[in-house]
Amino acid sequence: MSSSIESNVTQRLEVVERLVSSSQRKQFRFSWDLFFAYLVLSLGAVVMITPFIWMILTSLKPPPELVQFSFLPKNPTLENYWHVLNTSNFGRWYFNSILIAIISTTSVAFFDTLVGYTLNKFEFPGKNVIFLGMLATLMVPTEMLIIPWFTMSVQFGWNQGYAQYWGIVFPGVITAVGIFLMRQFFDGVPNELLDAARIDGMHEFGIFWRVAAPLVKPAIAALCIFNFIGNWNAYLWPLIIASSREFYTLPVGLSFFRGETSTQWEKLMTGASLATVPLLLVFLIFQRQIIKGIALTGLKG
Amino acid sequence: MQAHFRHFILSLVLLISLLAASCAPVGTLTQTSTEASGEEVVTIEYWQYNFGVRVTAMNELIAQFEAENPNIKVIHNSDIPYDDYRNKIAASVPAGVGPDIATLFYGWQPAWVDAGYIVPLPEDEFPHEQVLAEFSPMVKASFFEGKLFSLPTAVRTLALFYNKDLMASAGLDPEKPPRTLDELKEQAVQCTVKEGDQFKVYGFIVNPPGQAHHWFREVLLRQFGQQPYSDDYRKVLWNASEGGYQAWETFLSFERELGTGVAGVYQNDQDGFLAGEVCFHLDGSFRLGNIATNAPDLNFGVVELPEHNGIKSTFGSYWTHGITTKAAADPARYAAAIKFLKFITTPAAGKLWVGITGELPAQLEAASDPELLADEKLGAFAAGLPYAHSTFFVDESKDRQAIIDAYDAVVLNNADPRQELDIAVETVQALLDNFWSSRQ
Amino acid sequence: MKLTLRQRQILWAYIFLSVSLLFFITIRWWPTLLAFDISFRNWNVFQGSGPWIGLANYERIWEDLFRPRSAVRAAFSNTLRYVLFGVPIQLTLALCFALLLARIRVLAGFFRAAYFIPFVTSLVAVAFVWNWLYAPQMGLINQLLKLIGWPTQQFLRDTSLALPSITAVAIWRSIGFAIVIFLAGLQQIPDIFYEAAQIDGANRWQMFWRITLPLLNPVIVYLAVLQTIDFLRMFDLVQNMTQGGPLNSTTTVVLEVYNEGFSSYNMGYAAALTVILFLVILLITVIQLRVLSRRVEY
Repeated sequence: MSSSIESNVTQRLEVVERLVSSSQRKQFRFSWDLFFAYLVLSLGAVVMITPFIWMILTSLKPPPELVQFSFLPKNPTLENYWHVLNTSNFGRWYFNSILIAIISTTSVAFFDTLVGYTLNKFEFPGKNVIFLGMLATLMVPTEMLIIPWFTMSVQFGWNQGYAQYWGIVFPGVITAVGIFLMRQFFDGVPNELLDAARIDGMHEFGIFWRVAAPLVKPAIAALCIFNFIGNWNAYLWPLIIASSREFYTLPVGLSFFRGETSTQWEKLMTGASLATVPLLLVFLIFQRQIIKGIALTGLKG
Repeated sequence: MQAHFRHFILSLVLLISLLAASCAPVGTLTQTSTEASGEEVVTIEYWQYNFGVRVTAMNELIAQFEAENPNIKVIHNSDIPYDDYRNKIAASVPAGVGPDIATLFYGWQPAWVDAGYIVPLPEDEFPHEQVLAEFSPMVKASFFEGKLFSLPTAVRTLALFYNKDLMASAGLDPEKPPRTLDELKEQAVQCTVKEGDQFKVYGFIVNPPGQAHHWFREVLLRQFGQQPYSDDYRKVLWNASEGGYQAWETFLSFERELGTGVAGVYQNDQDGFLAGEVCFHLDGSFRLGNIATNAPDLNFGVVELPEHNGIKSTFGSYWTHGITTKAAADPARYAAAIKFLKFITTPAAGKLWVGITGELPAQLEAASDPELLADEKLGAFAAGLPYAHSTFFVDESKDRQAIIDAYDAVVLNNADPRQELDIAVETVQALLDNFWSSRQ
Repeated sequence: MKLTLRQRQILWAYIFLSVSLLFFITIRWWPTLLAFDISFRNWNVFQGSGPWIGLANYERIWEDLFRPRSAVRAAFSNTLRYVLFGVPIQLTLALCFALLLARIRVLAGFFRAAYFIPFVTSLVAVAFVWNWLYAPQMGLINQLLKLIGWPTQQFLRDTSLALPSITAVAIWRSIGFAIVIFLAGLQQIPDIFYEAAQIDGANRWQMFWRITLPLLNPVIVYLAVLQTIDFLRMFDLVQNMTQGGPLNSTTTVVLEVYNEGFSSYNMGYAAALTVILFLVILLITVIQLRVLSRRVEY
């Protein structure tokens, strides 16, 4: 009686041993790959981050240190931050940039996805011409379009009062970059799904909104990130259209630190450091949509 | 759930920025307002690019002007960064908005006049002989084809900065900076310190993208007996005589033969001097403000540019005020603009301006103020006003680029200096030809 | 009024496109045509108008292409070099880093943010720092070179090194964009394919070549086309770092457009350059779309 229990237990112990040692072996193989990955990524990360670190360090330097060739500040100070934050309108400019970026990104997320969807899933005459025409807008630098835009805006009064917000935003409410992106990503949505929904009697917009769009969430998230950043950095157009200082965006405001014969680099870097915060925030929020699910499989590389 | 979280974060960000916006002081468009006392109030708009002390000075002048002229209101728009000042003005024109009086860099005047954007100043209000007599000779550049198009309140000149500590450690007398070109050469060589191939101290850097190209055109060329352009500004004369080539060789010699410096080492022209690594440095009066902020402990002095062959010369530049076609279209605004322009170019205005901005006054009367001449730092600049020249630039950036390219070709690619000067002359001559032919 | 299936499709397509088409027509296409119109005129920037001069601006560009020391010629040749070197290198590096980033779990968020940071760092800061890193004597890169015994380089002051130096910065700057898009693309590939392949005994390489790469095709096309257009429009980095020099070795077409149009006020000439650049980009893009696109059956 006891020997069978003994052998049972030993059998079970053996099984457990085998499982443990095999998983240990798997982990051992994994760790060399991962080690290599981390090494390469770390070296790359150093190259990637250094200028950013320098920018922040510079914002902590008092003006006399700007002309020295040093990486670290010798007498770190917060006076630049104090000065920049108390510069008239800095808070307002920050707010303007955020507002405009949000408006634009919301609009782009909707319209670009819709157009990308249409260009990918529908057959209609003129499709390729329209796509190419939209893509073609990327091939002309916007500096050349500023004068017609400004003349149009003045006619409609978009450079006065609160309409200035619309004036600043309107050239960017729909973008070809996003349309192109979404068009590409809708390749990964099988047409059968859409047809099935049609058969079920769903109307077209519902198919787009409920069936197709959720399947390209990573692309929409990426689009949101880049559109937010692009709008955030907009400089020339907001400068030209805004007729009063309160409506400037942050890059325009920061450019006041550049003068004819010299630039206040430490103040500029301070403003730039402060400007990075919402961008990193937006990235961290939206990138979860993109990355979810990859790390678990680890099979794709 | 994800969507909710995202919305929450976004609203948090929005909330924080709203709070930040409400905490920070909200700036107002610098407007001056007067109570109209029943008379018709004429409103004119004045634009300049944003530069702290100039904005303050102009606000003062406007306040005084409006007190004396209660029926004129001046809107002061200085909310434009320097980098895109011209673009903002250019965009405003076809849209029908913009300034009645604008401050422009004198070098832009030919382009603005060519485009018909600024109008000639009426001779009865601004008599030419009076202007020529009262203002520094460099203001001649505001005349074009016999008409006067603008007037400045303040001007700048070039002078030689020197680092007293570096001079002392090189065995030179810090109270005896170089007064002639030969002295500059000697002292710069003596001041240069090298460890093998590396410079520890630069004696004198010729940096064409900075102020040095002006030094070549208006100072060196004249000192070697060659005027840079013909009197009617139709011909480039840099290589019209041996003197021209000699000036060019001298220009190049500091880097090539004497080895006192290398162009392009510092990102900004003045960084080396501010860092205390350069002994002698060419720069304008505007650099003084920089030094006060970025190098307050620098032990330096300023002296007039070195003379040569008994000839003293310096380069002067200035920001000048012109009246635009927008003002000229309306007689009331035109009259108001003229009054304003007259007011801001009086010697009194010049004196006020100098006090606030530290620039030099455009009027000789204010410039010959003994206090100003005795000033330790501004004195050397003020002393240059009677012999300062400004260049008539058809296209300043291309003219400058021609010299930069010629210099780089010699210094980086070992090209023949005489050939390079010839090429530069050809390039700039083409610019002039293009400009004048389109005016025919 | 019963519509056929096909007619229904067309109707809905245009309904969905309506707002966007209106936008493009009024705000992008019409102003672009106006901008192109400027290229046929002797445009006066301050008046906002100019007389018609036909192809004169284009003739001037043609002449300028053959001048010695031509800035325009240098601009075109440099721009093409930026694209030919910059885009393939950037995309290859981006894919490698994306694959690595997809594999790690610990500190994954930190690394992803790190690779993304250059993209959000202000351009002025980027230009300033890289100028400093590349500085002839005291720059960090030269100091590292000295450590390993290599001769110091002039980098941005060297007519043959300046362009590669700036290309490196351009790659560095927007690689984060490509990495994020690649990550999104990787995310979209269903795991089932990999699991099935594993059962069939495929190794890592085979899975990459047969599954990952083909299924990433739409993403690769997107990035190739977009980054090509981006590099063909290279401008603000060069403007901030070398202003096109030394001796025109780094200038680009858009920089010349800017200088001619907004500095020398030859707006007609600048507009003509814009038109030519547009046609070049259009041609390259169409070719790329044709050659690279491949519809893969799921």
